[in-house]
Amino acid sequence: MLDTVFFYLFTLLTLGGAILTVATRNAVHSALFLITSLLGVAGLYLLLHAEFLFAVQIIVYVGGIMVLFLFVIMLVNLDAAAAQRQFSRMWPVALGCVALVGLELFYFLGKGEPAFRIAAPPPVPEPTAGNTERIADVLFSQYLLPFEIASLLLLVAVIGSVVMAKKRI
Amino acid sequence: MPEGYVPLFIFLAVAILFPVVALILAKYIRPDVPSRVKLEAYECGIQTASDSRARYTVRFYIIAILFVIFDVEAIFLLPWAVRYQVLGWFGVAEVAVFLVVLAVGYVWAYKKGALEWI
Amino acid sequence: MLDSFIPSWAELLRFMPEIILSLVGSLLVMLEPVTGPKSKSMLGHVAIAGLIVALGATFVAHANPGAAFSSMIVVDGFATFFRVIVFTVGILTIFSSYQYLDREGSNRGEYYALILFSVVGQSVMVVANELIMIFIGLEISSIATYVLAGFLRDDKRNNESAIKYFLLGSFATGFLLYGIALIYGATGTTDLGEVRQAVLQSAEPPVLLLSVAAGLMFIGLGFKVSGAPFQMWTPDVYQGAPTPVTAFMSAGPKAAAFAIFLRIFVTVFESVGDRWEPLIWASALASMTIGNFAALQQKNFKRLLAYSSIAHAGYVLVALTARSEIGTASAMFYLAAYALMNMGAFAVIAHVAGKGETTVDVSDFAGLGAKQPVTAALLTIFMLSLIGVPLTGGFFGKFYIFKAALESKLLWLAILGLLNSAVAAYYYLRVLVVMYMEEPSARTENLEPMPMSLQAALWLPAAGVLFLGIFPSAVLEFASASARLLGQ
Repeated sequence: MLDTVFFYLFTLLTLGGAILTVATRNAVHSALFLITSLLGVAGLYLLLHAEFLFAVQIIVYVGGIMVLFLFVIMLVNLDAAAAQRQFSRMWPVALGCVALVGLELFYFLGKGEPAFRIAAPPPVPEPTAGNTERIADVLFSQYLLPFEIASLLLLVAVIGSVVMAKKRI
Repeated sequence: MPEGYVPLFIFLAVAILFPVVALILAKYIRPDVPSRVKLEAYECGIQTASDSRARYTVRFYIIAILFVIFDVEAIFLLPWAVRYQVLGWFGVAEVAVFLVVLAVGYVWAYKKGALEWI
Repeated sequence: MLDSFIPSWAELLRFMPEIILSLVGSLLVMLEPVTGPKSKSMLGHVAIAGLIVALGATFVAHANPGAAFSSMIVVDGFATFFRVIVFTVGILTIFSSYQYLDREGSNRGEYYALILFSVVGQSVMVVANELIMIFIGLEISSIATYVLAGFLRDDKRNNESAIKYFLLGSFATGFLLYGIALIYGATGTTDLGEVRQAVLQSAEPPVLLLSVAAGLMFIGLGFKVSGAPFQMWTPDVYQGAPTPVTAFMSAGPKAAAFAIFLRIFVTVFESVGDRWEPLIWASALASMTIGNFAALQQKNFKRLLAYSSIAHAGYVLVALTARSEIGTASAMFYLAAYALMNMGAFAVIAHVAGKGETTVDVSDFAGLGAKQPVTAALLTIFMLSLIGVPLTGGFFGKFYIFKAALESKLLWLAILGLLNSAVAAYYYLRVLVVMYMEEPSARTENLEPMPMSLQAALWLPAAGVLFLGIFPSAVLEFASASARLLGQ
């Protein structure tokens, strides 16, 4: 019961934030509504017992990436953007896409569970450890190589962003 | 929903409700007599010279993106920290490799002066 | 429990080429700030040395095949084949970059480091046996390439190229990731071998989810290989990027993307092959047609080769449509030949382009045959190979692809593909006509002699193209053997 209430609460937060993000004219307000949306997603992770993802969502997305977004918004000339038409003239195309996705959704909802036969989740042993600990156990053993390679990805990102943005290199 | 989080949500709800209730309540019970002097900027401040949404310099962007990258790095250290004892020296070695690769980027950015303000 | 995960020496050996390149790349990054502006080319030499050592390590790894790191990677013939392609492309790119970067005043160590990291990403993609590894490799390769496309930051076209490539590329990556998520949802694993087993052993395979996943991954990968209808970005990005980087983009990342295309579609999605075959069929035909007919109109040589690269992606997609061992083998052979001939052709453009790439129209190549006969002769080899004239690698590439298509009863696709190649001959031959028959242009009139490094970037692929054209069987047999193992 409580779960359901929280689920709808977080969904409302996520979807409402997302709609307001695209609907507001002011880019800074958009960014702030995006934070709301991301917080809603974080709440959904918590409902799914994914505490680690919850922390990642808050620290990286709400903390880091949103700061970056706000800085970028402040970098560009917003007056020019605000003076433009709010909605692009392509909106009938977008409407068509949305209608198509909606139809698809109702089709699958109508067909029910067999349409998306999802693999049975692997049997989870009685939780002897929390979510973060279990992630640590696989990340540092089975997924050792992707973990190390990810550092290379971050290195390339450091070099790339400085090469692109720094005045004099 | 993990039951342990219910107090957290109650706390969150109170935290959100408190300023909302306080502000709404204040609006109805405070005396409201606006005048030109009262609406000015605070007396020890100076008059606003321009829009506060001025454009930033691109340096903020470099700092912000470096912050995000090292933020992600910190996230990867979190699971290691909670399993430090189980992972032992093997974990230390793994994280050392990870950090050395990132340190290369950090040293490079430092040498290039990407972290200097002027 | 942990002891079993400590990598053994054999496992490290299988991953050694990537380790070497990452170390050399990091070394370049550390050396960059301490080298003087005159000696940046030294860093390029270091990068080439690293790539050559990695090439050697590839063969050592191949002598010792198998999976490693909890089967995150697998070293098989297929992986070795594509590793050799991407490392060779890296070497040729750096050879053709020295003169270009000096001319533009942007000879910096970051360039070479980014090339190396991009190559590492591609190499990770081709050895990966796991969807998460594939994704990380793709991201490393793509991010490095986005930056390289805009490396001359003061050039407006470079900026346009980088921003277009970046925005569309990250969007496409999103589709790929969505596809990966659906595969995980359908089977509960991201290991390619386990996914395949899960689908084969399941009484009722999740056909719908897998088909949607195949479609989404097709969008993501179709973008990376510039197959229609996701080819829109190609001309602008290829035209705007620095010419050596264009050469690199059209060969390395494309070959790696095709490698994972083959690995995923041949192994994981084989069971739903009937569903995606029409999709790839249509995409192959559209890529060939759009690429070839648009190339007919181009005046700019780089744009012409960009459209031709769309058309060539179409030919490889024909091989994919065949869904057979010989189809896979012919795609591998074709990608090797295509990487070589394209690298060579772009190296000639990098030579003729001039500062700021002001002379890259086909008409600027007029009289090249009289002024620099050797350069012109080498460009002729590459053009003839792109057409698919016998005795060049391009001929056997096309030959095997259409043979594979016919064996898989794709008669119409083969006929339409052959007609397309005939159309393509027109615009390649036009370049030769301009080069040999017309009076020298202002650019070829006072063309500086070709430096040693650029000569290496021309002679090596020319030799490779002729080798593939005269002795195709050695490479093809290797490709067939690898394809057979892949399908098991």
